[in-house]
Amino acid sequence: MNNMHAILLIAVISAVTMLLRFLPFWIFGNNRETPKFINYLGKVLPYAIMGMLVVFCLKGVSLLASPHGLPELISCAVVVVLHIWKRNTPLSIVCGTVCYMLLVQLVF
Amino acid sequence: MKCSNWEKMKNAFVATIPVMAGYIVLGIGFGMVLRTRDYGVLWALAMSVFIYAGSMQYVAIDLLTGGVSLITAALTTLAVNARHLFYSISMIDKYRNQKKKPFLIFGLTDETYSLVCSDAAEKSKDSSSYYFLVTLFDYLYWITGSVIGSLLGSLLPFRTEGIDFALTALFLTVFVEQWLTSKNHLAAIIGVVSSVICLLIFGSDHFLIPAMLLITLLLTLMRNKEGITNE
Repeated sequence: MNNMHAILLIAVISAVTMLLRFLPFWIFGNNRETPKFINYLGKVLPYAIMGMLVVFCLKGVSLLASPHGLPELISCAVVVVLHIWKRNTPLSIVCGTVCYMLLVQLVF
Repeated sequence: MKCSNWEKMKNAFVATIPVMAGYIVLGIGFGMVLRTRDYGVLWALAMSVFIYAGSMQYVAIDLLTGGVSLITAALTTLAVNARHLFYSISMIDKYRNQKKKPFLIFGLTDETYSLVCSDAAEKSKDSSSYYFLVTLFDYLYWITGSVIGSLLGSLLPFRTEGIDFALTALFLTVFVEQWLTSKNHLAAIIGVVSSVICLLIFGSDHFLIPAMLLITLLLTLMRNKEGITNE
């Protein structure tokens, strides 16, 4: 594996990543009016995508093998309950994360 | 004026703390793994500066060491990062008149998106500087993490196992917050259910693209449902 090829690989990966981020802006960004359908997607996608990202983060959890996803389940419950109760984003995240770290390091 | 700039920095910083925890740890992990494959700190730095996409950079380590073709690298990147199209689509209106738009678009990662797409961002007094500072801070955390990881290797003195849960907690918190502030939960439910179905069918390595297609399809079919946009 020579360095030149590695540099080209990084350039290609970077270019494709940027293409994906910039493309919608190039296509729809300069029109005075964004098409209705795109506008609609822009409004509903954040709700749907945040759900998808939560599932994406938890995709590696195995329910069949020990500890059956318990650290994740408990920590997610802590985050949800704490957030409904206090509505304080940093607090929910810190407590959920500390809970998870304690569980995977000390308990399971 | 100085004071209010200070306050803007502080607000943006507080908002990015969970991303800082996640990015520094994930960045360190990235730098460490890259080092074990004999690509040193300059490689880690270059990849984080130019690619700036967390999960893709982990995948890129294998592409690099495997010496794959440029076409394979391009297609893999398309598959792993296609979700970024969605982030951009939903930020078109909010970013329309931003001065630093190219940088904001460049830095639209999963985590930055979760901070700028929220209503809180729009309602903050100066959303322009919030967008910019959040994007900038997150970018710096990621670069810093990957450089530290590359330099320190496995010498870190504390046990960080599990700290990357901060990112899961961040997404979950945003999800709950959106749920509590909206009346109609159809879009949120579509997102979770489509993802779980596709995860079960296609497995953890291949479910993202089918899930995105299914979400788009269902949202398209439901577009005339009253109240789905929560307006």
